[in-house]
Amino acid sequence: MNYNFTNILFAALFTVLAAGNIRAADITLLNVSYDPTRELYKQYNPLFAKYWKDKTGDTVTINQSHAGSGKQARAVLEGLEADVVTLALGYDVDVLYQRRKLIPENWQTLLPKNSSPYTSTAVFVVRKGNPLSIKDWNDLIKPGVSIVTPNPKTSGGARWNYLAAWAYALKANNNDEAAAKDFIAKLYKNASVLDTGARGSTTTFVEREIGDVLIAWENEAYLVLREFGADKYEVVTPSFSILAEPPVAVVEDIARKHGTTEVATEYLKYLYSKEAQEIIGKNFYRPTDPEIAAKYASQFQPLELTNIDKLGGWNAVQKKHFSDDGIFDQIYGAGK
Amino acid sequence: MNAIAPPLINIKNIEKPYRQQALQDPDWVRWSLIAIAVGFIFLFICLPLGLVIFQAFSKGIAAYWSALSQPDTLSALKLTLLTALITVPLNTVFGVSAAWAITRFDFKGKSILTTLIDLPFSVSPVISGLIFVLLFGAQGWFGGLLLEHDIKVIFAVPGIILATLFVTFPFVARQLIPLMQEMGNQEEEAALSLGAGGWKTFWAVTLPNIKWALLYGVLLCNARAMGEFGAVSVVSGHIRGVTNTLPLHVEVSYNDYDIIGAFAGASILAALAIVTLILKTALEWKQANR
Amino acid sequence: MAQSSVMPGFRPTLGFAAIYLSLVVLIPLSTLVFESFKLSWDDYLHIITNRRVLSTFRVSFSTALAAASIASVFGCIVAWVLVRYSFAGKRVLHALIDLPFALPTAVAGIVLATIFQPSGFLGKLLIDTFNLQVAYKPLGIVMALIFISIPFVVRTVEPVLLEFEPAMEEAGASLGASRRQIFTKIIFPNILPALLTGFALAFARGVGEYGSVIFIAGNIPYVSEIVPLLIVTKLEQFDVEGATAIALTMLIISFVLLLLINLLQLWVRKRSGQL
Repeated sequence: MNYNFTNILFAALFTVLAAGNIRAADITLLNVSYDPTRELYKQYNPLFAKYWKDKTGDTVTINQSHAGSGKQARAVLEGLEADVVTLALGYDVDVLYQRRKLIPENWQTLLPKNSSPYTSTAVFVVRKGNPLSIKDWNDLIKPGVSIVTPNPKTSGGARWNYLAAWAYALKANNNDEAAAKDFIAKLYKNASVLDTGARGSTTTFVEREIGDVLIAWENEAYLVLREFGADKYEVVTPSFSILAEPPVAVVEDIARKHGTTEVATEYLKYLYSKEAQEIIGKNFYRPTDPEIAAKYASQFQPLELTNIDKLGGWNAVQKKHFSDDGIFDQIYGAGK
Repeated sequence: MNAIAPPLINIKNIEKPYRQQALQDPDWVRWSLIAIAVGFIFLFICLPLGLVIFQAFSKGIAAYWSALSQPDTLSALKLTLLTALITVPLNTVFGVSAAWAITRFDFKGKSILTTLIDLPFSVSPVISGLIFVLLFGAQGWFGGLLLEHDIKVIFAVPGIILATLFVTFPFVARQLIPLMQEMGNQEEEAALSLGAGGWKTFWAVTLPNIKWALLYGVLLCNARAMGEFGAVSVVSGHIRGVTNTLPLHVEVSYNDYDIIGAFAGASILAALAIVTLILKTALEWKQANR
Repeated sequence: MAQSSVMPGFRPTLGFAAIYLSLVVLIPLSTLVFESFKLSWDDYLHIITNRRVLSTFRVSFSTALAAASIASVFGCIVAWVLVRYSFAGKRVLHALIDLPFALPTAVAGIVLATIFQPSGFLGKLLIDTFNLQVAYKPLGIVMALIFISIPFVVRTVEPVLLEFEPAMEEAGASLGASRRQIFTKIIFPNILPALLTGFALAFARGVGEYGSVIFIAGNIPYVSEIVPLLIVTKLEQFDVEGATAIALTMLIISFVLLLLINLLQLWVRKRSGQL
């Protein structure tokens, strides 16, 4: 643990960093994000850097960190100095208020559209020709259909997938929870691999050639077509799904300390601009700007969407479904 | 060992061919054991290694080279080397002192100490990272103190070094303890009785005897320090170009669907390990032949 | 405490070793104990005896046991071949043994999953001939654990074989012992303590392994979910107490196991010393 050594090393590092920062106009932001936003922010960051340079003359460098949404939230709680977080679900951002008051309680109202500049939903990827003719959620519970999806307990995206299935089951069974639970149990019984993250599941489905259906974020699904070939896979959009709102927030406590509040806020606000919304659409997220959304509407299939508030909000959902002995645990316990 | 009773027997009384037979394995045993060993190593080591190299070069040398020369890869490599440079010497000094204390003296609690030294081997990498978060994380024991003085340990280089120190802790000691136990301390006692000081005895008598085991422990410690993934992943924060070590960079690239980049990074780690080990084998061989 | 000895340096070496051990290993590990104290005994028991937790313990311990056993048998053969025989390519083989130490575990997991996946090089062969799926089954975990266990076994047995005095074998031969007798009565008992250590290290390491396993295990609750994954799962849900409770239990089991093996070794050495 060598305190002296740590201090010296850190002092040395700090000097190096400080030397690079002598011109106060060089700003560094840390954006702590979840897995499937890599391509999005890779394209957005230079756009924002240019915008900021034109506007203020300052040079802003944005460092990216990507991992599972829950892991990232915990890292920020434990001291990862993120100026902004762009995570997979509201629950993971809210915890920054609940546990350490790093953000204000009303964080989700500070930016338009529930602080979600882009949305997505849960869809299916099947192999070319759709050999099992998977069309909707109820096709997934048929015996012999092999499903690949991440584990809802370790992946934020997987929680949206799970809730989409749950919402579908409630709707199909006139809000009969017991029947919905039965449906979910059958669905996860068909899951042959539960990876820990969204990207892991994609790799299992594509590279390992496991499973008939991959349940994924819509943006991830279309990315599969682009990266691995539209001649090998098809995206199937179910009739009903959930509006996944990955929220963004300035970590005010840390940004204040870094003196980056202004640029961090602008970084997130600019996500709502026409230029940024274009990038969002190109990366297969659903833009929230009505005009750009209309422009990219043709690349998505229409479907009916519910949202998290109709299911009772994240805190209630988390407790009911994903806590220890919650419904997700029960469906595995019941089968054995 | 009951079979080797002390009474001396005239060896010549026993037929020579028979003795030979009892000392050597028959050819079929020899060759089948070699086949099993080679097959096993081929299956579990050569095949995975081959796949790493195959994937790394699957788009040609140019793609391999450009993957390696990306700034993020280079900064990850630098961080990995820095980590090894700090952790290996520290753990080496510890390994030598611990081995000296344990093998040259008798004291109470010796086997507990030996067991504690092995402990990091058996701690899950997930936990090895977690414990440093519990200590230095913002909500950890020293979290408040560190925040007050704006010292970053977790999600910065010091945290990565600490986690690596923990994980590679036993390697040098583990190599030295059995050897020094086996050696006994007659030679050192002789040197001491001839008036040599403690340090001189160590440098002139002990070190030459343990140098190969020591080198070996250092190499293993180094290999693991550079290759550690799980524990470092917990304390790194995954900031590209800043706190990503090479193993973490491999994972990041893989998740970016940059297969070439991922396996190019992995091939560097494998190559570093294998080259050092071949070098060590060659040195040993040269020494033995002198 | 030290027995009277002319050897110098007891205090500084033991002192340094103890301080360094405390700083790097013991104090960090003690956080697990203190964190667990936040739970009442009943809460602790409730977490540990949860059916899901028990099932992960079963999966982790059984796969680690299988992997360590297989690695011990083959590792022993490899060590024997490396020490006793000479053949082309031996040096290369020798240098390759430590690869599992150096290769990041995530890479090992990805690569093994590629090899053993149902459409992979070996995976296809195994499915076609034996109808045996390895990847995404508990068997996949065993494969990953064998990979990381190899150097532990080979590198603990090898030095003992190297040090082994040929005179002992010759003595046996002079007394008319057959090759088989020499092996079972002389050689094997001598390498047994080292083999046990290798086995124990491999086993303890296997129980805690995470990076390589999650890529090949399938991670299905009650089937192929391992203890470290459950710890990660709890952490992802911000349940630090639950995670540390499981982590502490694992730590205690590993410690007791290693202690037993060290005592066993000490006992064997003392016994053989008296003979």
